Amino acid sequence: MTTATLQPVARKPKRGGKGPSSTSERLFKASPLTWIGLIFGVILSLFPFYWMIVIASRTNDAANTWPPPFLPGGNLGENIGRVLANQDANILKGLMNSVLVSGTITIATVFFGSLAGFAFAKLRFRGKNALLLVVLASMMIPIQLGVLPLYILMSELGWLNRMPSVIVPFLIGGFGIFMMRQYAEQAVPNELIEAARVDGCSTWRIYWHVVAPALRPAAAVLGLLTFMEQWNQFFWPFVVLADPTNPTVQISLRSLNSAYFADNSQIFAGTLIATLPLFVVFILFGRQIIGGIMEGAVKS
Amino acid sequence: MSLELDTPAPAQPRGHRAGPAGGEKARRRSLTRLDLKFSPYLYVLPFFVIFATFGIYPIVYTVWIAMTDRSPLNAETSFIGLDNFVRLIADDPQFWNAVYNTFGMFLMATVPQLVIAMMLANALNRRIKGQTFFRMAIAMPIITSTAVVALIFSMIYARDFGLINWLLSVFGADPIDFRASKFASWFAISTMVDWRWVGYNALIYLAGMQAIPKDMYEAAALDGASRMRQFWSITVPQLRPTIIFTLIISTIGGLQLFTEPLLFTSGPGGISGGSQGQFQTITMYLLDVMNQRFQWGYAGAVSLLLFLLIAGMSLVNYLLARRISSDK
Repeated sequence: MTTATLQPVARKPKRGGKGPSSTSERLFKASPLTWIGLIFGVILSLFPFYWMIVIASRTNDAANTWPPPFLPGGNLGENIGRVLANQDANILKGLMNSVLVSGTITIATVFFGSLAGFAFAKLRFRGKNALLLVVLASMMIPIQLGVLPLYILMSELGWLNRMPSVIVPFLIGGFGIFMMRQYAEQAVPNELIEAARVDGCSTWRIYWHVVAPALRPAAAVLGLLTFMEQWNQFFWPFVVLADPTNPTVQISLRSLNSAYFADNSQIFAGTLIATLPLFVVFILFGRQIIGGIMEGAVKS
Repeated sequence: MSLELDTPAPAQPRGHRAGPAGGEKARRRSLTRLDLKFSPYLYVLPFFVIFATFGIYPIVYTVWIAMTDRSPLNAETSFIGLDNFVRLIADDPQFWNAVYNTFGMFLMATVPQLVIAMMLANALNRRIKGQTFFRMAIAMPIITSTAVVALIFSMIYARDFGLINWLLSVFGADPIDFRASKFASWFAISTMVDWRWVGYNALIYLAGMQAIPKDMYEAAALDGASRMRQFWSITVPQLRPTIIFTLIISTIGGLQLFTEPLLFTSGPGGISGGSQGQFQTITMYLLDVMNQRFQWGYAGAVSLLLFLLIAGMSLVNYLLARRISSDK
């Protein structure tokens, strides 16, 4: 079974702290092969980012030369200007829409996820286990399964080519609830809740004053992961935002790509713009994101 | 957790204020009762409202629509039973082509992806300087969208001025038109998927590895087991649940492959996945049927079969992974 567990307690002491046994030290020593593998991995990981900058900073003619250019040029500003001004891609509109969509979904996911996670972890009610099973099962269902009726529904609601179509269905998902539930089970002592009850707190006040503050670390990680995921959504926006005048940023990239003439330096300037916000997020919160992914892994 | 309301609450120092009227007290008590009874449902309600509307309802509707000939081009919709499924299974080479492509790319991407991730995780699990740097660098591709990945790699694999073809020419090989054949396009698209996901899977394996007790390795080393032997006899079996998890995640993602092959074609018309559909996946075919041919009933049948394939494959993966590691 998969269990997302964010350990609320202090992290394990780092390996190689004071006096690890000499056997274990030798056992986990990095061999030259380890280093070669790691460095190779890092280069492969980072090269496409570098390549993105190289092409985004060249003229389109220079991008299409033989051999290809390997060093950045001086046309980055110009290319960004061109892509921002591109009427077909509407990338500025796309950026604003993506901020709106990802931001709204992130806030809603954290709020509803912590509320429902608290209920599943700490409150008693009939049918709790059955309902929790439904939450888990919902994570296994791909959107493709219902894409057609969902599309018809959006058209009946008048949401085609409008942002509610990509926001409302994703306001809260199973993952958010499950992650917050796992965390709440460990992070909030039952005694605290009971004490608050005895003091006459309503359930809502217990959530707001006792539970929510305790859930903050997990909420931050959930927020980061949700924001990244939503920013990068492609399939569903592609289906419902077919009109290119009101895109998300990923759909703007698609418009750039589907033009008859492939202007690579402009396309790459576009990918740079679309990736930059997440790049900043990763630099600032990379540790939390990595911790979140690792602790979302299997522990059973 | 006890929620007994009748036990006299020991700590109620505030209740002493000139005893509120009995009615008031009873009202508060019943409010508390209501709160305890209904709050939990209220808190989980938003999820179920959203899930019912945008999850369950469309699925039920898909089952129904798949048994009709509904289309925005038809004035009337009639019930045609299982005809769509029969046609899809018995008489639609393009669908089977898409299934073939999807599975081909799924295998071509997933096997190396998980093997490389495992090797990287094993390296990251050693005592290395600059641990944080290596983890960050290897995890970095997860911030890129599938669209961005597809666009960057499309140019790396370009026929005329692409990086790979330049590299091939340096070694004296002929350039490859990566969009022309099944094998070459599958290869290119698989590398896109792998670049995006290897780091993610490596982190998950790393987490699993760190949870393996170290004394197991120490004991094995004392018995003279080589590192290779330790890896196969301790690490892999201990990671069994983690491996199953990554397999299932990769299956769900891999069989839904869409953005990378779509954007691999530059210019309009990406949905057909190459001139002969060399790299059209099931999801691309689904949108093709739905939005280009407007055969909605038929598209419903495609959706359902895709889902059955995903569910079936997840089950196969699960059973396989269980078999393999219990054999060890």
